[in-house]
Amino acid sequence: MAEALHALRASAGAAAPGPRRLLRLAPVLTVAAFAVPIACGLVGTLMPAFGYLPAIGGEHWSLDPWRALRDAPGFFTSLQLTLVVGWVSTLISVLLALAVAGILHHRAGAKRLGTFLAPLLAMPHSALAIGFAFLVLPSGWLVRWVSPGLTGWTVPPDVGTVGAASGWPLIAALVMKEAPFLLLMILGALNQVRAPAQLAAARALGYGPVLAWFKVVLPQVYPQIRLPIYAVLAFSLSVVDVAIVLGPGNPPTLAVQAVRWFSDPDTARYFPAAAAATLLLGVVLASIGAWSLAERMARPLFNRWLERGERGGAVAPAAGLGAALGAVLAVLAVLSMLGMLLWSVARPWRFPDAFPPGLTVDTWARQADQLAGPAWTTLLVGVASTVLALVLTLASLENESRSPRPADRTAPAVTAVSASVWLLYLPLLVPQIAFLFGLQVLLIRLGLDATVSAVVWAHLVFVLPYLFLSLAEPWRAFDSRYARAAASLGASPWRVFWRVKLPILLKPLLIACAVAFAVSVGQYLPTLFAGAGRVATLTTEAVTLSAGADRRVIGTWAALQGLLPLLAYLLATTLPRLLHAGRKGIA
Amino acid sequence: MLQRRDFTFLATALLTSPWVRAQAPATWESVLGKARGQTVYWNAWAGDEKTNAFIAWVGTEVKSRHGVNLVHTRLKDTSEAVTRVIAEKSGGRNENGTVDLIWINGPNFLAMKQQGLLHGPVTQRLPNFKYVDVTRKRSNLIDFTTPVDGLAVPWSLAQIVFVYDSARLRNPAELPRSAPAMLDWARSHPGRLTHPKVSNFLGSTFLKQALVDLIADPAVLQVPATDASFASVTAPLWTWYDQLKPTLWRQGRQFPDNGAAQRQLLNDGEIDITVSFNPSEAAASVGAGLLPATVRSFTFRKGTIGNTSFVAIPYNAAHKEGALVVANFLIDPEAQARAQDIRYLGNLNVLDLSKLPAAESARFDRLTPSATLPSAAELGTPLLEPHASWMTRIEAEWQKRYTR
Repeated sequence: MAEALHALRASAGAAAPGPRRLLRLAPVLTVAAFAVPIACGLVGTLMPAFGYLPAIGGEHWSLDPWRALRDAPGFFTSLQLTLVVGWVSTLISVLLALAVAGILHHRAGAKRLGTFLAPLLAMPHSALAIGFAFLVLPSGWLVRWVSPGLTGWTVPPDVGTVGAASGWPLIAALVMKEAPFLLLMILGALNQVRAPAQLAAARALGYGPVLAWFKVVLPQVYPQIRLPIYAVLAFSLSVVDVAIVLGPGNPPTLAVQAVRWFSDPDTARYFPAAAAATLLLGVVLASIGAWSLAERMARPLFNRWLERGERGGAVAPAAGLGAALGAVLAVLAVLSMLGMLLWSVARPWRFPDAFPPGLTVDTWARQADQLAGPAWTTLLVGVASTVLALVLTLASLENESRSPRPADRTAPAVTAVSASVWLLYLPLLVPQIAFLFGLQVLLIRLGLDATVSAVVWAHLVFVLPYLFLSLAEPWRAFDSRYARAAASLGASPWRVFWRVKLPILLKPLLIACAVAFAVSVGQYLPTLFAGAGRVATLTTEAVTLSAGADRRVIGTWAALQGLLPLLAYLLATTLPRLLHAGRKGIA
Repeated sequence: MLQRRDFTFLATALLTSPWVRAQAPATWESVLGKARGQTVYWNAWAGDEKTNAFIAWVGTEVKSRHGVNLVHTRLKDTSEAVTRVIAEKSGGRNENGTVDLIWINGPNFLAMKQQGLLHGPVTQRLPNFKYVDVTRKRSNLIDFTTPVDGLAVPWSLAQIVFVYDSARLRNPAELPRSAPAMLDWARSHPGRLTHPKVSNFLGSTFLKQALVDLIADPAVLQVPATDASFASVTAPLWTWYDQLKPTLWRQGRQFPDNGAAQRQLLNDGEIDITVSFNPSEAAASVGAGLLPATVRSFTFRKGTIGNTSFVAIPYNAAHKEGALVVANFLIDPEAQARAQDIRYLGNLNVLDLSKLPAAESARFDRLTPSATLPSAAELGTPLLEPHASWMTRIEAEWQKRYTR
């Protein structure tokens, strides 16, 4: 993306005929596709936060929304909870990801780690949260396994887990999703540093493998995972669906409170809701600033630790502990999904039975009609937003590779490049709630609210960056000699694109699409707002049902919600093998 | 010269006089005659499959018996129909309106009555209205403190019940049959009682029921609450609740989101008692595998709050006679018995069974049996709903007191 957007500057204004000209528009369109809704949405949320929204009687600028927010029962608890959940889950996620990377990097299985992480990442947050809820309830699966045999509990203990005021199940579920994401980012970043050689040197100097990784590789990897960490921090501070399922209800986190007010029939509640959303934006920006400040303060400490040259210390055992915890969380994540799958085929299953008294497909049969509509919508929106994002991404990347490279990489050019990476991360750094309300107002103006196309557009805002980030790396790594060889045989650039590049890059392309599709399937808030609550997807329905419906019914929704992205991922990994059977090296 | 208003007065006087009532059958014949061939648009909330199926059954019956076509206009919220009638009135469409019949109660009924949007009084024109219980089931005549004045026809009754698992609470004599007894029970069974969160209708209903039970004279709740009356009248409620809260499930720090979540807690064995506004809900849940077959229902000794669902005809309805025929069929003993059968709907009937001919009342003895259903004796006489302002204020006060 960085260079793709740079190309936008380099070639702006240059006239070119036909499709080439269209291609030059690609970076502009790509950025506009997600930056315009965010910018408009932010403005549309900021205005009512300061009292201005004439449509519902806000004629004058005022601070009343902020006073209403401050005076809302439980406001300060809610703010504190938001901060604790966001920071603690991010810290744990970062530490766990580093620990696992540090422990596993020199082991044989490390290469296959990505294959294991991908399905976990594909799982929608809310599906995992719903499954995890059943796992950790006092009457949940874990307790059922040991009761009453080991515990003596014939009735569940009265301890708060799901919905507890401390929010620990929410933190645990966030770590389950965010630590694998960061780990994958670290694995990607490792490809760009000469880790093995440096590690060998460090080990020759008497450092253990784990310590060597932390002292030599981490400082090089960290700058590349900085933005992903900020994205995780922003996400954990502003997450809504997971917090609805697992978080406290009275008061809930700031983001959930804002959503509740936005969906209140009393439109006067829009004002404190907009203020809460704006406050959340401030909280996220301040948190990112604080994290970056902490980075700077930690740097001299880290350097002193490096210079001291200790060969022992607590790092290796701590990392071992972290990796063990990571393994436990991975097992819990798998169990969460299995639990929902089991519920979807269970006969009435009561505490303290560890397993259902029998299996049946009745629930699926009874739910088939209800499931069909939202499942098709989920599929349609997922495929549509992925295809749109793919076209824009490919056009931008292709434009980049056909544009003349800047002659010399001077400092201003580098700044421009990193600025455009920030731009790409924008949708992941701005809290969804902070611009979705404003976007909804805009959509109503355009007469587009509550339509599937509006939902596709809202999904595109998040699908696009993920698809671009996943595809840009392999696309740029493409060996241009293939293209040159084809061109020298007389192939046009388009023929090279279709006959050489696409087949060779099919696998990473399909995997990027699977990632994008999974992102779309998991979207809760964008669907809710752009669809005005009337476009139902598996995710919106599953989160709604999680508030108390029959667990067997919830099981069917959560299972289907988890299966769709998994199928897409399976398809992405097997399709190239089928299509390119017999073609060595690219299957 | 007679003014139009005088005509209205005269008509009302005539309709309610004994003379007209004696003449009612003849009038009813002409209603039936005009109704034949009409298509009645019944605007009714469509969020429940069983209710939709019942409405469809009513449609086939009125078609075969009286040649009336019934169309269920499916609503997500009753206010949609009210809004439409208001829009028609402000647009000057005073006849041939698109809404013939509305399933209605509470604030929607009050709004339509206050704005003169209802046709009637109609109840005395319906031959079957003589079976309706107007003495013990007082909510058939007074809807959330609003006198119905014959403008709406009662067709189903809801009443608060408490549901428990008899496999765990084995001694019926120990069931807490009053608000103070519930506090004692909760103290000796900490963590085994809860209520839905108070922003949910069922949660504030729990508090409203406790208030009615705790104060000496619930009649004060029949007038709108004021700042002064609210503080003094609800003082016993908050004293009671301050003591109850720490004994609740999760020490009263967490509450289930809604009735379904509360039922799930009972099914999971996390709590022992739940509150419900539908006496047959637990029986239906047993059938659906959502609760163990051992659950039973009980009420308070002084009784529990009940309210009635009505159907009403907008003043500008295009097919008033057809609507009357449908309304009359809804209070037919056969329809009432079917509505009460948990196989179909499970709603309590609005009739006084002692007024029915033996053959008709026998229908109610043949309903699908369920040990989960409360007996008529257990349900007793339903208490009147307080004025709506009490519930609104209770909810706000709870949030103020207990959300930190």
